[in-house]
Amino acid sequence: MPDASHSRSAMLEIADLHAFYGESHVLHGVSLTVRQGEVVTLLGRNGAGKTTTMRSIMGIVGKRTGSIEFQGQQLIGMAQHKIPRLGIGYVPEERGIFASLSVDENLTLPPVVKEGGMTVPQIYELFPNLQGRGSTQGTRLSGGEQQMLAIARILRTGADLILLDEPTEGLAPVIIEQIGVAVRKLKQRGFTILLVEQNFRFAATIADRHYVMEEGQVVDMIPNDQLAQNMEKLHEYLGV
Amino acid sequence: MPTIFGIPPQALFGQLLLGLINGSFYALLSLGLAVIFGMLNVINFAHGALYMLGAFVAWLLMTQVGIGYWWALLLAPLAVGAVGVLLEKSLLSRLYKLDHLYGLLLTFGIALMIEGLFRHLYGVSGQPYPIPRELAGGQNLGFMFLPNYRGWVVAASLVVCLATWYAIERTQLGAYLRAATENPVLVQAFGINVPRMVTLTYGFGVALAGLAGVLAAPIYQVSPLMGSNLIIVVFAVVVIGGMGSILGAVLTGYGLGLLEGLTKVFYPEASNIVVFVIMAVVLMIKPAGLFGREK
Repeated sequence: MPDASHSRSAMLEIADLHAFYGESHVLHGVSLTVRQGEVVTLLGRNGAGKTTTMRSIMGIVGKRTGSIEFQGQQLIGMAQHKIPRLGIGYVPEERGIFASLSVDENLTLPPVVKEGGMTVPQIYELFPNLQGRGSTQGTRLSGGEQQMLAIARILRTGADLILLDEPTEGLAPVIIEQIGVAVRKLKQRGFTILLVEQNFRFAATIADRHYVMEEGQVVDMIPNDQLAQNMEKLHEYLGV
Repeated sequence: MPTIFGIPPQALFGQLLLGLINGSFYALLSLGLAVIFGMLNVINFAHGALYMLGAFVAWLLMTQVGIGYWWALLLAPLAVGAVGVLLEKSLLSRLYKLDHLYGLLLTFGIALMIEGLFRHLYGVSGQPYPIPRELAGGQNLGFMFLPNYRGWVVAASLVVCLATWYAIERTQLGAYLRAATENPVLVQAFGINVPRMVTLTYGFGVALAGLAGVLAAPIYQVSPLMGSNLIIVVFAVVVIGGMGSILGAVLTGYGLGLLEGLTKVFYPEASNIVVFVIMAVVLMIKPAGLFGREK
């Protein structure tokens, strides 16, 4: 669990990040900072490079240049499977629940990488819907339950930075509300969260700061308490 | 003398036993192929050659070093597994981003090279390999005579197949394997070294072929062509069972072995093609195989 006394130090520092899928140049010099204990969102239209930024952090993009530092360690050039072992938990878009695994197996799949992860009873307390579903095939859960499972399985590992890619996509408002409650509880527990969202109304209820991305670059940073003054600008960025 | 459908029981059970023996080898080999296909998406045409290699390692250990059957049962699969690890690291790993066809062509080429090498060194006539002393003789079961060694082959193959199935379907390691088969990128993003897992999976899959080779040595002769004779039928078994299905590979292996045995009793002329007829029918009705999932 992150130490509250360091809550203002930079945990993740991305500088001049460029990323490529084959020939196409997707990120053009992304720079952003996430401090310990913060919830930071990446807002932006489809194709702005939000998910690619997440994938770049995890090392699952073909080629990337620039700098991604997590707790002082450079992630660019690091072997892919070592990055999560530093304490970064990844919740991919579309949840990535495994069809050939039961709910229990999905929950216990990611290896524990650090001490201090949540226990399974604590996880059930956070997501009561998952309790008693252990032997169900992972993909037989509803979309919302699958999203909960995708978050839940990272909480066991002891990761203290969580990358959440569009956790509300395609979910009913009631379920979005439940996810929001859970994310706020995780913040209270001291988790640091980088969140990709299209739904800024949802983002505004949980985030400290928002980075706005356009065409592979960060074009603005809006603290959550200044969101109201910047609404007009934000509408323009997001095209809503 | 009593008969069953006009067939003397000795002949019927004798053929069923032969079918079960063949089925044991089909199951072991198609299990390895299914594990490899599931994880690597490679149709491992070198499987027959590596089965032959397992038998040859056992024969070489016996004739050159004086190491007997029981040690060979351990050492030959390890040696074949090591060859597999080298092949995967040096050659196969370069092909994963390409179409299945490239893996098939590469492993076919490897099979031809290994077989060619052994033909050159040892000729095509088979080398005898003795049945281990402990398993000589047999049991008279009343309705048939069961040679001890054949009983052992069936039992050993069953145990290995069940243990493999258990490891894949019921353990944490198996969960990694199944998950990585489905979405290797995400499994890697949880901190698991997927490329190493892929290498070891290939090594394990071909080690099963090596083990089958050692088990086969005392029954069939050790010959450079023993693998290519078998592998075509085994591929038919895998297609019938469903590519990538572990349980499907095992059950279909035994089932088709038995069916072949029965065909030899009732209509011997068809015994060599019955597996292929079934394959054609299965492909028409259920293209993903009996146990395969449609993608």
